[in-house]
Amino acid sequence: MPTMTYLEAIADALREQLRADPRVFVLGEDVGAFGGAFKVTDGFVEEFGEERVIDTPLAEAAIVGAAVGAAVVGMRPVCEMQFADFVACGFDQLVNVAGKTHYRFGLAVPLVVRLPSGGGFSGGPFHSQNPEAWFMHAPGIKVLAPSTAEDAKGLLTAAIRDPNPVVFLEHKHLYRRVKGEVPEGIYETPMSARVVREGTDLTVIAYGAMVHAALEASAPEALDGASVEILDLRSLVPLDTQAILASVAKTSKALIVDEANETCAAGAQVAALIAEHAFEQLDGPVRRVATPDVPIPFSPPLEQAVLPSVERIRDACRDLLDY
Amino acid sequence: MESLSRADRVELLRAMLLMRAIESRALTLYRQGRVPGSFYDGFGQEAVSVGAAFALGPRDRLCPLHRDLGAHLVRGVEPARILAQYMGRASGVTGGRDGNVHFGDPASGVMGMVSMLPDMMCVAAGMAMAFKLRGEPRVALSWFGDGATSRGDFHEAMNWAGVQRLPVVFVLENNQFAYSTPLAKQFAVDPVERARVYGFPGVTVDGNDVEAVFEAVRAARERALTGAGPTLVEAVTMRMHGHAAHDDMRYVPPELLAEWTRRDPIERQERRVAQLAVDVADLRAAVDVEVEAAAAEALAAPMPDPAGAARGVFAEGEPEPLGDGRAPWSGFADAVAEAPA
Repeated sequence: MPTMTYLEAIADALREQLRADPRVFVLGEDVGAFGGAFKVTDGFVEEFGEERVIDTPLAEAAIVGAAVGAAVVGMRPVCEMQFADFVACGFDQLVNVAGKTHYRFGLAVPLVVRLPSGGGFSGGPFHSQNPEAWFMHAPGIKVLAPSTAEDAKGLLTAAIRDPNPVVFLEHKHLYRRVKGEVPEGIYETPMSARVVREGTDLTVIAYGAMVHAALEASAPEALDGASVEILDLRSLVPLDTQAILASVAKTSKALIVDEANETCAAGAQVAALIAEHAFEQLDGPVRRVATPDVPIPFSPPLEQAVLPSVERIRDACRDLLDY
Repeated sequence: MESLSRADRVELLRAMLLMRAIESRALTLYRQGRVPGSFYDGFGQEAVSVGAAFALGPRDRLCPLHRDLGAHLVRGVEPARILAQYMGRASGVTGGRDGNVHFGDPASGVMGMVSMLPDMMCVAAGMAMAFKLRGEPRVALSWFGDGATSRGDFHEAMNWAGVQRLPVVFVLENNQFAYSTPLAKQFAVDPVERARVYGFPGVTVDGNDVEAVFEAVRAARERALTGAGPTLVEAVTMRMHGHAAHDDMRYVPPELLAEWTRRDPIERQERRVAQLAVDVADLRAAVDVEVEAAAAEALAAPMPDPAGAARGVFAEGEPEPLGDGRAPWSGFADAVAEAPA
């Protein structure tokens, strides 16, 4: 099995689908000759041509709107937002047109919007956001956020083959830092959670880059040998409620970590779910670690002060283990 | 007009009569409390949706707006389903999930509108992009109003279509008011003039002359099919009712309404058709009978089952794209026969 970076795995899924399905095409800003701001589509225009790797005007509403139009006449568009933050400009098309169409009159809108998301590298307030909760709150849109190279490929493949609008959050911090074995050929990763590490004393629930922070923070040697289970959500819509409740039933304690701003984040939904359905199994308060409700600042000491750090996650683990 | 046969000209009138009769009937149902929410109609604008839709082929795709019921009728959506739609009944096009003309019957090749304007211009551009990518001789058409030209999606769609020379037709339905806001407060320059700076022609047509609208869109479609790119067709008309049934239009000068009443698009086409030895009164009567039967059918239809309110948010299985609709213009008789499956 070849080893790939998270970014290479995303490119691999996209390339395979472009080869396998003539309905699939890519559109976005600078995705053609330049290969995308992060080089995910590097070399694509040479292989698939300008008709299927489309450099668009700087127009996020039109990128998403045009993808809707292409989707309803039989295509499988994959849009790239240059940064996840810019999806704000395409929000209306995604939420009001793409998300509501099937419910309203039964017409499927199969499209994917790739969102390079997340902070940690001085991107500042407009190149660091984690907008997943905006779309969790909008009916009709699936929301995926892989943490590993294998899942990134399998979930993007599943997203492209899904008959619904899917937003695909690819964390920029993981692009070149995370590597792993990735199966060759086409496969789909299920839109459900995965137990990354089994444990019995505490469940830490996370997704995207925070899975890696949670793993490091809760290593047994850092927590006096405590047995911490890590659950990687992978998919936020649909949300794997069964896996979340099963893990909490086993450990009786839950810590939820997201990099997004705290209020109404994905973690808030998970916390509410646990409070409502697992109250009798709990042996401590449901705890959360998230970014406070501030724009992501630019300067490294300021940014590091707001993003959930390994230390903050570890402290929260300790508090809960001692509870 | 040479491209229109006698039967075509009668059909144009019939579709406009049908639109007005359905909307008149629906307005009564609204006043009787049988239409929830408010009610929006296209009184006085029938020529724009009917004339433009009539110029489109079976494999073309349409994005009509809330005053464009005529487009749905031309494509073959049954009046009973439309009246049931207004009343939120189970047999309406959306089964009660949306109201008014907020629907598209996928089988008719029509995409349902959203209330954010003009979002569907971007969607139509995407349809056209797919046709171009696949090398198919098809066009997409989007209607929108004068107010919609102020939003960014107008610019994004116009620019995109111009840059990529897409086979798309944009029909600007200039009905003088966006809710209560007159043109003078909407733009400093007539939007038809903007087409040129996006790299394609803009033409103005009398929006109350159904044959003139047809001809302008027919020419725009032909141009798109040759690969020459988009056209903006501005159809100048007048919204003869309020923005919706709750709006008393106190902001519209009475003399303006009186002037446009004299230019009624249906009466105009009736005069033309009467010269073709067609009994217009008979045609009107037949339409009224059809609409009354449709209303009875819609009124007898059940309300939707509340148990289904949360179902169908997501699609499952292999999606079915928009289908082909009715394309009644005689000019398509051969094309329909030759169309690939």
